[in-house]
Amino acid sequence: MTKAHPKNRIRLWAVLVWLAVWQGAGMAFARIWPHGHLLLATPMDALVRLTELAATAAFWRTLATSAARIFGGFLLACALASLLAALSAASRFLRELLYPIVAVVKAVPVVSFIILALVWLKAAQLSLFISALMVFPPVYLNVLEGIGAADGKLLEMARVFRVPLRRRLRGIYLPAVLPYFRSAVSLALGLCWKSGVAAEVIGLPYGTMGEALYNAKVYYMTPDLFAWTAVIVVVSVVFEKLFLRLVDAVAGREGL
Amino acid sequence: MELRVEKLCKAYHGEAVLSDVSFTAGVGVTCIMAPSGTGKTTLLRLLLGLERADSGTISGVEGCRWAAVFQEDRLLEHLDAMGNLRFALGSALDEAAARGLLAELGLADAEGKPVREYSGGMKRRLALARALLAPADALLLDEPFTGLDEENRTCAMACIRRASAEKCVLLVTHEETDAAALGAEILRL
Repeated sequence: MTKAHPKNRIRLWAVLVWLAVWQGAGMAFARIWPHGHLLLATPMDALVRLTELAATAAFWRTLATSAARIFGGFLLACALASLLAALSAASRFLRELLYPIVAVVKAVPVVSFIILALVWLKAAQLSLFISALMVFPPVYLNVLEGIGAADGKLLEMARVFRVPLRRRLRGIYLPAVLPYFRSAVSLALGLCWKSGVAAEVIGLPYGTMGEALYNAKVYYMTPDLFAWTAVIVVVSVVFEKLFLRLVDAVAGREGL
Repeated sequence: MELRVEKLCKAYHGEAVLSDVSFTAGVGVTCIMAPSGTGKTTLLRLLLGLERADSGTISGVEGCRWAAVFQEDRLLEHLDAMGNLRFALGSALDEAAARGLLAELGLADAEGKPVREYSGGMKRRLALARALLAPADALLLDEPFTGLDEENRTCAMACIRRASAEKCVLLVTHEETDAAALGAEILRL
């Protein structure tokens, strides 16, 4: 399975350099302008604010609410996209029917969908719908490609030995699809968090991370803005790592 | 069972690969011999129902179960020997018989190792074991001795000869000596 190229690795020293630059810039802003600290909070301000927030029950409720909706949308899209990809692999009609929808979802800016969805849905359902919508195309297309990459000669062998579909799915299709599925979910998890939180910022469902970000902007609470942004990044990375570890565990159990 | 092939023809892009092939084969080994590129593999694919003939008939095999060793090994590389046998044979696999046959074919030590770590000869022997253990009425073996040394070749032949006592075995080979060792009828294309 794919690993980051050594040249593309994030080095601790580089992170520390940029944090120091940010800290210096924030302190300089605060010294130059009377309200400079409102324009650019320092990483230290953000860290202090984050520890304050993390000590409240509301913080964890907010995090859980957003995570449940966004990750729920992700799981829903993964299931639907995989099912439709399997059906599309068997039916050219379905493949051709779905292709324009997939192309439109890929091409149209996410904010257009968010605003349109606000007309149809309650604000609370928005992030689930939008994250599902963003996850669907890469998972659908990659799973479809993975099914197409299944070894035709092995499929012929299975036909001769009259291997039932369930065993063929596990023995031939799963090993073919898993690498494609893995790379799709790696991309999709980042996408679903970005689009899901963007949907919350626009739809402002109560008690969500998007609402917290919006409030931080409205009240010039830049330490809150950076603290919540850091939380979103960390949660997104943690979910990605955990889900990929799950996929790798399935691959390992199957001997792949 | 008696397999009857009459006037079988197959062409690809207008170029004839098989023309008017006719033969019969019953229980026992029939060796199909012909120079490379003269349609031996195509004939096996037609018999297995993987392709349709342009004309001619194949009869006497209605409801018959086939097993095959293909020109390539066609094994699941991530599984071990037993995993491959379980995949192909499912509940029809007799694990004790399988272990016995694997040992006879010199694969006892390889148990538990994924096939991707096998040598070419080991893969070939496992592909043969899979065909021999299948609950089939007929076996189609496309050059099953490729990559086998003399000792393994002899073992593989003994297993095929035993299976041919109650099954129809069609075996593609280039070697006259294989046919003689198996006491096979020879079909030249």
